[in-house]
Amino acid sequence: MKFETIIGLEVHSELKTNSKIFCGCSTAFGAPPNTHTCPICLGHPGVLPVLNQRAVDYAIKAAVALNCEIAEETKFDRKNYFYPDNPKAYQISQFDKPVGENGWIEIEVDGYKKRIGITRIHLEEDAGKLTHDDYDDASLVDFNRVGTPLIEIVSEPDIRTPNEAYAYLEKLKAILQYTEVSDCKMEEGSLRCDANISLRPAGQEEFGTKAELKNLNSFTNVQKGLTFEEKRQAEVLLSGGEILQETRRWNEEKKETILMRIKEGSDDYRYFPEPDLVNLYIDHEWIERVREGIPELPDARKQRYINEWNIPAYDAGVLTQTKAMADFFEESVAVGADAKQAANWLMGEVNAYLNSEGIEIEEIKMTPNGLAGMIKLIEDGTISGKIAKKVFNEMMKNGGEAKQIVEDKGLVQISDEGQLKAIVDNILDNNQQSIEDFKNGKDKAFGFLVGQAMKETKGKANPQVINKLIKEGLESR
Amino acid sequence: MSKITKEQVEHVADLARLSFTETEIEDFTNQMSKVIDYAEVLNELDTENVEPTTHVMDVRNVLREDNVKPSLQREEALKNAPKQKDGQFEVPSVLD
Repeated sequence: MKFETIIGLEVHSELKTNSKIFCGCSTAFGAPPNTHTCPICLGHPGVLPVLNQRAVDYAIKAAVALNCEIAEETKFDRKNYFYPDNPKAYQISQFDKPVGENGWIEIEVDGYKKRIGITRIHLEEDAGKLTHDDYDDASLVDFNRVGTPLIEIVSEPDIRTPNEAYAYLEKLKAILQYTEVSDCKMEEGSLRCDANISLRPAGQEEFGTKAELKNLNSFTNVQKGLTFEEKRQAEVLLSGGEILQETRRWNEEKKETILMRIKEGSDDYRYFPEPDLVNLYIDHEWIERVREGIPELPDARKQRYINEWNIPAYDAGVLTQTKAMADFFEESVAVGADAKQAANWLMGEVNAYLNSEGIEIEEIKMTPNGLAGMIKLIEDGTISGKIAKKVFNEMMKNGGEAKQIVEDKGLVQISDEGQLKAIVDNILDNNQQSIEDFKNGKDKAFGFLVGQAMKETKGKANPQVINKLIKEGLESR
Repeated sequence: MSKITKEQVEHVADLARLSFTETEIEDFTNQMSKVIDYAEVLNELDTENVEPTTHVMDVRNVLREDNVKPSLQREEALKNAPKQKDGQFEVPSVLD
């Protein structure tokens, strides 16, 4: 039997406000435990929450960027549950009137384009952080995070493969970062994802029973968890078994999903309107004011790179994946870098450097001006590609301008034929064996001689001139 | 009369982490049924064209600027904690 996979994703994203959603405590990450709390976020009796305007601005901004309809009237509700990460025993969230509904984003995956619907996007407050204390067999609670503004973005069950899920998350993250509403750092928990997945026999209308996956702490793990779950459910169904509505946890070490709990019926959160917060009305002016702050989004930017600079579609996609990378690229071009060269360096050397160091482009020392300067020096023949790598590494580590580095380190390329001919002649004189080898058809010998010349000039010789001189030298001998 | 069942009372008590004796549950079932019946009187009114009210006052869009204000000192924040450890609230173990 063939199955169709149905996936829906719930993404929680922390908004980049300075203060919490309902009080003035800081939202800064990494402070000592319980130093960013007050009677409001600790849920002391008799306190009143007051809504942070910027949190609403950001929620609207994200909703507009995700093509949602914005609610004219929206409100907050209490979601009641007991868990030690939440001191009030309820979370202030939005139930029946979310900020945005009926949005979509377009993904491109495995060679096709597809629209994934967004059911809703709503505002809520984050919970505190629990850690387990093995020594006392107790749990410890840090309430710094409680009350940090979150948006929850719920997708339609439009996703059909783990690859589509990955592409959806990449695109969603890019949009949230472009609009600067969230850092989207999964390692700091500012972006979190739960996945619902079910299978149904191909052609069947009705959805199968779904499992909810938690602890998917990276996009790769979302993909892996869904792939595992897809296979697990198919095996259960094919062996005549039944999928139970359950919550499963992704175990990274074992690369499998593990049962957390069986869900009997739906959760009973007893939502009711939050009496401490008045309704929120979002008028046209407010939406327009927010819309003006939305920059050109990744898809539009990608298309512009293709049209304006003939950047291949794949490359344009990589360059626009993060706003920081796209900004770096455009600034380099603006200060004179050849667009294709700049694209090649960013996609190749820069990305390789970022991956090997595990850092973001915001953290590198090289400036767009530095990159543009280096590209110009390669173009006008001042430095060779090989020397450029040295200049590049220097700029990545210590910044500076390419021209200055080349001067300070004496890296200017030697293109003077007379000067290089003397060196080449000397090398040929001392490597009779290589000359013979070459004449006997061993092409490797040519490369060896070039290598010797480069070594002699500490890599500064113009490779084209060296190639030409060695060729001439070999022919005349 | 008595639309509230014993099971509903038990369910709500369970959600609220409350435990009652059999007698108490009987009592609450009766009392809650009466409360609900009393509120049922409102259903006699025609509310067809009335917007649901979530607040009695017509106050809209109460917002604050996104400014950070000083938080409590940690000792102060932890003052009411029955147990604390390493600057954190200590609670019975929860494993998710």
